[in-house]
Amino acid sequence: MEEAANQMSPAVLESKAAYDIIRERFGDAVSEFDANPTMPFFEVLDVDRWVDIALYMRDNSLLQFNYMACLSGMDYPEEEKLGIVCNLECIGKYAHKIAVKVKCKRDGGSIPSVSCVWHTANWHEREAYDMYGMVFEGHPDLRRILCPEDWTGYPLRKDYQVQETYHGIKVPY
Amino acid sequence: MQELGKAESNSIRITRQDDQRVTIEKDLDTEHMVLSMGPQHPSTHGVLRLECITDGEVIVEAEPYLGYLHRCFEKHCEKIDYPAIVPYTDRMDYLAGMNSELAYCITVEKLLDIEIPRRVEFIRVITSELNRIASHLVAIGTYAIDLGAFTPFLFCFRDREHIMNLLEWISGARMLYNYIWIGGVAYDAPADFKKRVAEFVTYFRPKAVELYKLLTENEIFVKRTKGIGIMPADVAINFAWSGPMLRGSGVKWDLRRNDPYSVYPELDFDVPVPDGKFSDVGDCLSRHLVRALEMEESLKIIEQCLDKMPEQQGFDPRAVIPKKIRPKAGEVYGRAENPRGELGYYIVSDGKSTKPVRCKARSSCFVNLAAMKDLSKGQLLPDLVAIIGSIDIVLGEVDR
Repeated sequence: MEEAANQMSPAVLESKAAYDIIRERFGDAVSEFDANPTMPFFEVLDVDRWVDIALYMRDNSLLQFNYMACLSGMDYPEEEKLGIVCNLECIGKYAHKIAVKVKCKRDGGSIPSVSCVWHTANWHEREAYDMYGMVFEGHPDLRRILCPEDWTGYPLRKDYQVQETYHGIKVPY
Repeated sequence: MQELGKAESNSIRITRQDDQRVTIEKDLDTEHMVLSMGPQHPSTHGVLRLECITDGEVIVEAEPYLGYLHRCFEKHCEKIDYPAIVPYTDRMDYLAGMNSELAYCITVEKLLDIEIPRRVEFIRVITSELNRIASHLVAIGTYAIDLGAFTPFLFCFRDREHIMNLLEWISGARMLYNYIWIGGVAYDAPADFKKRVAEFVTYFRPKAVELYKLLTENEIFVKRTKGIGIMPADVAINFAWSGPMLRGSGVKWDLRRNDPYSVYPELDFDVPVPDGKFSDVGDCLSRHLVRALEMEESLKIIEQCLDKMPEQQGFDPRAVIPKKIRPKAGEVYGRAENPRGELGYYIVSDGKSTKPVRCKARSSCFVNLAAMKDLSKGQLLPDLVAIIGSIDIVLGEVDR
């Protein structure tokens, strides 16, 4: 274990220190730390506690993840799951950053919305909903954002089949 | 006449007249009207539609509708090889193609874990800083035109043309370059390139000062932008603003400094942040001011790069480009400081394919524009134009 810690770069060690604080508070609700050298992350296993974890990450004085750089939707076809990946970091006191993954089931799955924690999540979550079709519970305005409102299907799912016609226009080319 | 206060709904206004009489006006709100601004409105900088609910001239709510320029960038990425994505990134932020390419390439290089020749790094920084100036010139020029000043626009485009010529010379294209490749650049810089860039720097430096005097210190311009659309720093961070927008709110945050990449750690430049003397921190004027001052910093960076760039006879900029780009399984979030803010790419590779499993672009204007609704509430309709202009959106990047 110690040897593994020695191999981590300083940036990953910072993320690990931040993760340890979260782990201490939330225990088994979060997964083990993945020391990915290009993007260290952990997964939220108890989806219902995602908003609590997010609030804790933003407001704890030792964490202060006040800046959500990115929120990407993801499709995991082999696990039969959809998910989001959030890249968080701190502007100001610290320089640590960490990524958080949250997954839900593929059909009719839902993830609690964190747009109340970080305002920027509002449009990112709308985009993820638009492209993958997972529902964000508690989102103030969950509508399609890039595709037309009456588009069928979720384009970035791996098994997406494009519709034949849209308003009488042939879609596949 | 001095305004002492007004209610949230604009139904009551209390003012003090010049002779110290205080007047209270009641029931001022009118029937709400829905006004659709765009998608073909010139001041929306492309195809953005704003659905404004107005009470007289005051905006109750302005809801942006996007997607008119959606070209399925992320879906296309799943079907094409890593190097073939580079031209697509140009077409996202078409005003700053070099910067978009740089952000994408350094992200994939992080995943590949390859070392880039020093000369290539300097060529990349020079071209992307030139492109940053060009992009800021368009931003400033069109912002001036939005607010009714025509002359600065012509000045900006005259100077931008020199940069376009330089970039055309090095890459072969004026706007959509496909020049920065994963692991290198397409061609080495031409023999006289350094000299011409140095000439441009000496030419442009007084022009930037002239532009500053002409526009930024212009009283009409200041009156239109000062105190309009104020965004406090903590809210700006919560909205994940980046680039000149965040710096306009007084946060000293520049990825070239705070998360350095390429050769930026070796270079000496300032990060301009408004101090509140000339503008109110966080207003439209601050955001414009940051852009105006940043051009000088870019010039400084270019000058230093020209000094430090190693000269090599018969240099092959494609030497370390891998024959087949197939990164090991993993995921990465990489980013760079674009003229509009943080442009990030989240790339997932499965280790088997030469195509990314997922390539998400975190567009800076998309994120910056998300605050539009909160920024415009309670503002006057003409000020809405000033606010959109100060966000400096490129719809190609917003809609991807």
